[in-house]
Amino acid sequence: MSLDTVKRAGQTPDERMPFAELGMKQDEYDRVVAILGRRPTGSELAIYSVMWSEHCSYKSSKVHLRQFGTKAPKSEALLVGMGENAGVVDIGDGWAATFKIESHNHPSYVEPHQGAATGVGGIVRDIMSMGARPVAVMDSLRFGGLDQGDTRRVLPGVVEGISHYGNCLGLPNIGGEVVFDPCYIGNPLVNALCVGLLRKDQIKLATAPGPGNKVILFGARTGADGIGGASVLASATFEDESQAKRPAVQVGDPFMEKLLIECCLELYQADVVVGIQDLGAAGVSCATTELAAKGTGGMNVDLNLVPLRDPTLRPEEILMSESQERMMAVVTPGDIAAFLAICEKWDVPATVIGEVTDTGRLVMTWDGEVIVDIPPGTAADDGPVYERPFHEPLGQHDLNLDTPDSLERPSDLRTTLLQLIASANLSSREWVTSQYDRYVRGNTVLAQPADAGLLRVSEVMPGAEETTRGIALATDGNGRYAKLDPYAGAQLALSEAYRNVAVTGATPLAVTNCLNFGSPEDPEVMWQFAEAVRGLADACKTLGVPVTGGNVSFYNQTGSAAINPTPVVGVLGVIDDVAQRVRSGFPAAGLRVVLLGATYDEFGGSEWAHIAHDHLGGLPPRVNLEAERDLATVLTEAAKQGLLEGSHDLSDGGLGIALAEACLAQGVGATVSLPGGDAFVDLFSESAARALVCLKPENFEALTDLCARLDVPCYGLGETGGDSLVVEGVLEATVTELRMSHEATLPGVFG
Amino acid sequence: MRVGVVTFPGTLDDQDAARALRLAGAEAVPLWHADHDLKGVDAVFLPGGFSYGDYLRCGAISRFAPLMTELVPAAKAGLPVLGTCNGFQILCEAHLLPGALVRNAGLHYVCRDQRIRVDNASTAWTTDFAEGQEITLPVKHGEGRYVADAETLAELESAGRVVFRYAGSNPNGSLNDIAGITNEAGNVVGLMPHPEHAVEELTGAPGVDGRGFFSSIVRKLVNA
Repeated sequence: MSLDTVKRAGQTPDERMPFAELGMKQDEYDRVVAILGRRPTGSELAIYSVMWSEHCSYKSSKVHLRQFGTKAPKSEALLVGMGENAGVVDIGDGWAATFKIESHNHPSYVEPHQGAATGVGGIVRDIMSMGARPVAVMDSLRFGGLDQGDTRRVLPGVVEGISHYGNCLGLPNIGGEVVFDPCYIGNPLVNALCVGLLRKDQIKLATAPGPGNKVILFGARTGADGIGGASVLASATFEDESQAKRPAVQVGDPFMEKLLIECCLELYQADVVVGIQDLGAAGVSCATTELAAKGTGGMNVDLNLVPLRDPTLRPEEILMSESQERMMAVVTPGDIAAFLAICEKWDVPATVIGEVTDTGRLVMTWDGEVIVDIPPGTAADDGPVYERPFHEPLGQHDLNLDTPDSLERPSDLRTTLLQLIASANLSSREWVTSQYDRYVRGNTVLAQPADAGLLRVSEVMPGAEETTRGIALATDGNGRYAKLDPYAGAQLALSEAYRNVAVTGATPLAVTNCLNFGSPEDPEVMWQFAEAVRGLADACKTLGVPVTGGNVSFYNQTGSAAINPTPVVGVLGVIDDVAQRVRSGFPAAGLRVVLLGATYDEFGGSEWAHIAHDHLGGLPPRVNLEAERDLATVLTEAAKQGLLEGSHDLSDGGLGIALAEACLAQGVGATVSLPGGDAFVDLFSESAARALVCLKPENFEALTDLCARLDVPCYGLGETGGDSLVVEGVLEATVTELRMSHEATLPGVFG
Repeated sequence: MRVGVVTFPGTLDDQDAARALRLAGAEAVPLWHADHDLKGVDAVFLPGGFSYGDYLRCGAISRFAPLMTELVPAAKAGLPVLGTCNGFQILCEAHLLPGALVRNAGLHYVCRDQRIRVDNASTAWTTDFAEGQEITLPVKHGEGRYVADAETLAELESAGRVVFRYAGSNPNGSLNDIAGITNEAGNVVGLMPHPEHAVEELTGAPGVDGRGFFSSIVRKLVNA
C-alpha cells in the first residue's frame, strides 16, 4: 500500500482520481489541477471536494446571498456580520448576543435521532466558537402529513434526538415550530437555532494569525463518522478490501459537548485563545483551511498527531471525518501549558497538531511525507461560483389564478374553530415541547407556547456588567405562502418572526435565516430561491434589521418532487428591562381585549383553505412592512409604558385561533364582538401585521392614543372573563372544549 | 450560612442552585467533584443534570467521585444534604437514600409544572412548609420513576419518610406517587422536582414555591 504523497502526485500525473465519486464535476477538478499545477493527491482531493461542495461553498446560492450584504440596512448593533461562524449583535450595557440557525435535514431523514441531535450539537459549537456561552436553543421542524406513516418514524426520533442532546447539554429550548405538510414526507426539515451571550470585548474569530503559534485540536477523538465519500477515495486509491461501509450519519455525545462548552468558557476567561473554529461539515479540512486562510496564510499540520477513535483511518478519512464535539484553536506557545491544563481539568483531550506559518501554504504530513501542499484560500474562499439559470415555474401563473374565492365558506363557525384548533398545524405542540427542558439555567422568562422565547441576560457570565436587559427570539416560516409567491413568502416569514418578537415587548434587532429548497439544478426551484432571497433582503432593508448569517439547504427533494420552498427566518430582539415583558394570552378576568391592525379577505395559502378544502392557490396575504413596523412600535412602546397585561400575534388561523389560544394560556375566557361585517373573514383571515392584546380598562385610552399616533387600527373587541370564549352572535365554546380539541391531536397519533 | 453546591462533569443546574441559595440569604460555595474537600460548608446541595452523561446508569459514576467519599460520611454524621433530580439519583446510588430512579413509565423525558404534596414538613429542608400543603414545582427528567422493594416502601411509609408525593397525575409512574424521600435522621432529602427553578416571579415555574426549601435550611442553620 503506497501513500499518495505530493511527490508521488508529481510523478504520476495521469493517475485517475475518483473526483466524480466525491461529487466533483470535471471542470471543478480541472480547476484544482490548474491551481496546483499538478494532479491533487488523494488528501488534497478530499479537501477540495468537501470545501467546494454545495454545503460548504454555497456555490449555487452565493450570487443571490450577496444581496443580504448589498441591501443591508445601516445598523449600529451589528458587531460581526455574515461570513463568520455566526453574527454578533450589540445588545447594550457591554453585552453582545450571537445567534444562528442551521439545517440538518438530510441526516434527520436517514437517522432521525442522531441526525437531529447532531444538528443541535453543530449549531451550539458555532455559537461557542464566537467566544459566547450558548444560552438557549430553538428548533424549526417540518414533517410529512400527520396521517402519513413515515411521520410516525421521523417525528418521534427527531424530537427525542433534540430532547436528549439539548437537555443533556443544559440549554433551555425556548421555542420554534412544528409544521406538517405532505410535501415534507421524504424530506423532513430540521433547522436548529442557538443563541449565545458574551461580553462585547470578548468576541473570538476563526483566524490563525502569528507564525509560530500552535494549532490545537481538542474535544472528541476522530472516528469514521460521516465519511462515506472519503471511503470511496481511500479504497479506490489504496486498498480495496476493508475501508468500505463507513457509517454516514454522525453520532453525537452531548456529555462531551457540555464539557467542551465549560472548557471553552474557561479558556476564554483565561485569555489563552488567539483564534478558534468548530469542526462541523468537512471536519479538519474545513477548520484548517478556513483558519489558515483568514490568518497569516500558512499552516503546517502533522496528521499523525490527530487523536483517533479508529486507528485504521487513512489521512483522507481523517480530513473528511465529521466526528462531533471537536474544536480547533490557535494558541501562542507561551499559553500552551495553561490551555492544556484547563482541558485536562474538564477531561477534554487536547493535542497540538500543527503550527501557523507565513508561507501562504497549508502543508500536511503523514508518516513524515508531505501529502497536502495547497494555498488554503483556494479551498476556503475561491470555490466555484455558479450563476444557475432560473425561471418562473410553468404552473405558477395558474396556481396564482386558482384563488380561494370560489371555495365554499362555512356557516357554522363554531365547528370551523374547533376543527382548526385541533388540526395538525394549529393543535397544541405540548407532546413535543414537554420533552424539552425549558427551565435549565434559570433565565427563561418566556418559552413555548409564547410567541417568542425570552431570556434574562444578567448572570450568565462572570465579570460582566449588571443589566436589566433581555433577549427575545422567534423563528417562523410558511412554505405554503412561499409556494404561492416566494418573494412575499420570505417577507411574510420575516414579518411574523419580527411581530412575534415585538409582542413580548422586545425591539427586533437582527435576522438569521435557513433557506430550505429543492435542487438548485432545477431552474424552477432556483427561481423560488432567487425570489425568496430577493424578498427577504428587501424586507430586511425596509424593517432595518440586518441578516447576520444563516444557512442554505438545497436538494430537499425526492425524485423531481421538491418541497414547498421554505425560508425559515429567525429574529432576535432586545428588551431594555426584562421585567417589562408582556406575557402571552389572557392572564386574568376583567381586562379589555383589543385587536391591533387591519383585516382583509385573505385566504390564499391559509390554514382554513388547507383544512377545509385541501386547497393551495391564489396569493398569500399582502405584505405590509410599514404596518409591521408601526405595529411593533406600538407593542414595544405600550410594553415600556406598562400598558399591556397580555399579547398574542395573529398568524395561521387568524383571530379565531389567536382568541382561542389566548384563552387557553391561563384558562381565562373572553366575550368579544367582531369589528367587521363578515364574521368568517374577521375570525379566520390571515392578514399580516395584526396582534391581539389585553389591558386594564384604565389603560385603554393611552393605547388608543398611541395607536392613533402611529396610524395603527385599534378595535376594542370585548372583555376577558368567564369559562368560555364567546363571540357574540357567532359562536360560543367553553375553554374546556377548546382545550380538549387542542390537546388531543398529537397524543392521538404519537401516544 | 455556607451551603456547598456540587458540580460534577455534566451537572447543569448548579447555577440555579447557587442563585436560589443566595436569594435565601445563604452563601453558595462551589464544590468540585474531583476535590476531597467540603470546604467546611454547613449543608450541601447536589443539583440536577446529566453527570457523566448518565452513562452506565444515572448517578452510578458520580457516586465514586472524590468529593462523594467526603460527603457520604458527613451526611451520615448529620450534615444536611439536598439532592434534586440527578442529585437524588446520586444520593440513591451512594446509598444515602434507599431505592432507585428508573426510566419514566411513559418512556419520554417530561418537562412540566407539577403539583406536589408535602407529606413531611419536619426534615432539614422542609420545615417552612405545612404538612399536606400543595405546591407547584417543575419536573424535568427521563428517569424519575421511584422504585423500591416492598419492605423498603413499607418502612418509608410507616416512618413518614416520604417527603413529597405527586398530586394530580403522576408524571413518571413512581410507586406510591413518591416524588421525594428522606433518610431516617431527616437531614438527607432527595426529590425529582426542581425547587431551584421556582424561586423568582420572573423566571421558571409559575410561582415561587421552591423558596421554602431554602428558607427552611437557612432557618435551621441560623438556629443551630
